[in-house]
Amino acid sequence: MPLSNIYNIFKTLEKENILLSFKGVVTADLLNSVLQIMESKLTYMDEAPRTKKKVFNVLVECLQNLYHHIDLDDTETTRNNGMIEAKSALLMIAQSEGSFYIKTGNYIDKGEAIKLEERLDSINGMTKEELRTYYQEILSDGTVSTKGTAGLGMIDIARKSGNKLQYDFVEVSEEIRFFCLNVKID
Amino acid sequence: MENLLIEGSAKTPTVNFNSEAGLIELKGRSIPENSVEFYQPLNEWIDSYAENPKNETVVEIKLEYFNTSSSKCILDLFKKLESMNGSGTSVKVNWYFEEDDEDMEEAGEDYQAIIGLPFNMIEVEEI
Repeated sequence: MPLSNIYNIFKTLEKENILLSFKGVVTADLLNSVLQIMESKLTYMDEAPRTKKKVFNVLVECLQNLYHHIDLDDTETTRNNGMIEAKSALLMIAQSEGSFYIKTGNYIDKGEAIKLEERLDSINGMTKEELRTYYQEILSDGTVSTKGTAGLGMIDIARKSGNKLQYDFVEVSEEIRFFCLNVKID
Repeated sequence: MENLLIEGSAKTPTVNFNSEAGLIELKGRSIPENSVEFYQPLNEWIDSYAENPKNETVVEIKLEYFNTSSSKCILDLFKKLESMNGSGTSVKVNWYFEEDDEDMEEAGEDYQAIIGLPFNMIEVEEI
């Protein structure tokens, strides 16, 4: 890559007001490090404690979604050639005009993408009260998977954010999509 | 029975379960990737405690954050306490939240709506 691309990437990150970005495999260590760094940064910011907590909460849920997502054994055959790549994700945290944005990107199979899109549309179509009731329903009736996931992550992200979840599924190949998520926290 | 004392970490809460005092306390943050592993010994302790509880059991929840994985585990913990309520012990829950932390206040109200135990919502300056 020409050296000047470094500048291009820098300018892109600057333009998007990125505070922190990471591209790679979301391991438990990485997760802990990012949370530690962000917590430290947030301490020095002037935002209301409530907002800082929301940002941190959404970050935990987004990161843990990425962490749990890559831990799948059934997708190995479809992504044999790019195993490490397939497990890579992108995380960016931006701040602009008083709002925070948590952006994530990761590969996902077409089948999963379809189901996820339905969930996101459903969540986006709910009012604050409906989201709360939905959360309570899943919480009280739902089960926990062996990984410890409770099916509540996206609902919680939407609740804490207070905004519609912005997303896109980019078609990478016939069977693979790249899921882009942008969560705005006011 | 022995008390359960687990020191908190950056991702797990301080656990103080005291059978003599009838105290079940969680303090700090609960954001482990897989809470099921963390909460298992807690559940086991509560099962033992239920066999011979104190007349009054006080549950003190003083959490700064908890992730969705924990929320399910916390609910399961409450469900166990709900079953023992009225059988040799009366259980009450004190749910703490920081000033202006509507999210934590609402979280307490969410549990209050699902669980049939008396909840006291307590606002504090700092947890």
